[in-house]
Amino acid sequence: MGTPNLAIEEAEFAEAGLEAPSGRSLGFLSGLLQDPRAIVGMGILSFFALMAIIGPFVAPYSPTAVNPLQASLSPSWHHFLGTSQLGVDVFSQLLVATRTSLLQAVLAGLTATVLACLIGLTAGYLGGWIDDGLSLFINVVLIIPTLPLLIVLATLARGSSIPTDVVDTLVIGCTAWPWGARVLRSQMLSLRAKDYVLAARVSGESWGRTVVEEILPNMTSLVVANFIGATLFALLFQVALEFLGLGDTTAASYGAMLYWAQQTDALLIGAWYWFVPVGLAVALFGTGLALTNYTIDQLANPRLRTVTGGRGKKRKSGARAVPSDRNEPVTPVTGGLTDEPAITGRQAG
Amino acid sequence: MRFVLRRLGFYIVSFLVAITLNFAIPRLMPGDPASTIIGRYAQNGTMTPAMVRSLRAALGFQTNANVFQQYWSYVSSLAQGNLGISYSHYPTSVMTVILQDVPWTLFLFGIATILSFLIGTGIGIVSAWRRGGILDTVLPPVMLFTSAFPYFWVALILVFVFAVQNPWFPTTHAYSGSVIHLTWPFARDVVYHALLPAGTIVIASIGGWILGMRNVMVSTLSEDYITMAEAKGLSDRVVMLRYAARNAILPNVTGFAMSLGFVLGGQVLTEQVFSYPGVGNELVNAALQNDYPLLQGILLFIVGAVLLANFLADLVYARLDPRVRQER
Repeated sequence: MGTPNLAIEEAEFAEAGLEAPSGRSLGFLSGLLQDPRAIVGMGILSFFALMAIIGPFVAPYSPTAVNPLQASLSPSWHHFLGTSQLGVDVFSQLLVATRTSLLQAVLAGLTATVLACLIGLTAGYLGGWIDDGLSLFINVVLIIPTLPLLIVLATLARGSSIPTDVVDTLVIGCTAWPWGARVLRSQMLSLRAKDYVLAARVSGESWGRTVVEEILPNMTSLVVANFIGATLFALLFQVALEFLGLGDTTAASYGAMLYWAQQTDALLIGAWYWFVPVGLAVALFGTGLALTNYTIDQLANPRLRTVTGGRGKKRKSGARAVPSDRNEPVTPVTGGLTDEPAITGRQAG
Repeated sequence: MRFVLRRLGFYIVSFLVAITLNFAIPRLMPGDPASTIIGRYAQNGTMTPAMVRSLRAALGFQTNANVFQQYWSYVSSLAQGNLGISYSHYPTSVMTVILQDVPWTLFLFGIATILSFLIGTGIGIVSAWRRGGILDTVLPPVMLFTSAFPYFWVALILVFVFAVQNPWFPTTHAYSGSVIHLTWPFARDVVYHALLPAGTIVIASIGGWILGMRNVMVSTLSEDYITMAEAKGLSDRVVMLRYAARNAILPNVTGFAMSLGFVLGGQVLTEQVFSYPGVGNELVNAALQNDYPLLQGILLFIVGAVLLANFLADLVYARLDPRVRQER
């Protein structure tokens, strides 16, 4: 997770200056449906959701049935994507794996989003030393490279009696939250000073109630975008972890299929159907998530439409859309496992 | 100066937190790593409680010392560069194992990152200069699509096409044979083995550089001094490289320094695909063999490298951008 951390401090100013996303639910949805990218993205996601639901029922063969007589067959009418070295039908495996991998990615994304909300919103709302401490914690976790951390956590957790797939989902969820926490914290900083929030506080609402009932509804799109981003992150890292042989390699999942393809020398014997379709499935699902996230970001994030300068300085909407002087590159994709939204920070002051 | 000190403070605190986490995580995990190891030894015969105790002590889980004493002994041995003994390379120390792997990782990914940076920044400059041109229209959607690919899968495909179908490159390892010589043919062999893995990293990471450079460059191009330079009648080349790119490259330069730190961490998958004898490969092997000291030693090492690279990036930034140096 190549996060330029200089951007971190700068981004706070830029994000803190954001206005609340204008135009609530209905306008937001219709905006989403007008963008062809969003339609493609959500179309892909719906397709995968459908596959996850019906996949195991329509799979022509069992995804685990070993059949040595039919081992390593090339694609044919009987086996659309051939069979594995153990004679398992790859197409059926793929259908069942879609459910497994989708479910794990979504659950990990959900875990990460909940953590991001808890930590980011608490830090942003309470401020003071709590904010300082939590922000430091966020930045420290953000700077630790994710994959090595994941490998260590997953390995250490294997000693427990909890099933591997549950552990991995939790562990990925626990490493995917800091970026979202940063963004939500910044948004909280700007919403906290709004009149309606002050009104709620003055009228004696508890702080938990103020956050959940007054502030949270005003950052729904941000939370949703965060959830989608975290799901993409979880998907890629889940697949990577399983590919390395550190996940549940016995289950039918995308990563486990790639692991076995690698273990059984798919490359050397030219069995492309063991790894090409799986990789494409991951890539397509990932693209669906990325497209949807991208469009939600465009709609929900005023920074990408008109620029509101940091620290109360208003900029005219005709100003350059991208802040110029200190924005960081879109995260260098080290290891190709990056999905943080590109943060373009503006130097404040 | 204040900027540099503040950043230094942050990195020191980060490193302390990382050390503490490294100490705490195995102790907080539901399963006790020591029991896993003991369980493995116990398969070879029954173990007396005394044996279990001494094994726990050898693994660093002294049951008779309290948490603070354990933490202190952990930190003090760390300060002496003692990361413990590796199980899988017994009796080699973790430090020795890591130091053996580091040169390979630095070599392969140093080269890949430098190439990726130079080519990516170059394409970014051209793409912003010819805004709306072919490069500029085609690249962003392609980047969006490729960023969703699992990186190692792209590497697998490249190996399949360029090493198996067309055997132009070796599929795995860093050199032929098993002995390291310091001769020219051997050096050529090493470079030859590095080409394909480095190529996959360049392909996977170049998008970030292109987009980063392009975005900054586009906004730099709308500055008044660019118009001024053009009005003076300077050639396109001079305006593009000396006026626009020179100012726009700043964030990419710091990004470069920072990604050098991630070089040590993000490449686990490449090394696994190519069986390259680097730190990442060692990390995965340690994980598969439950070699906890090595596992944690490598993590700490990678975190340290990342923090150091980030600090260097801040120094470069302060050097290049006078605004940062001003007392704030």
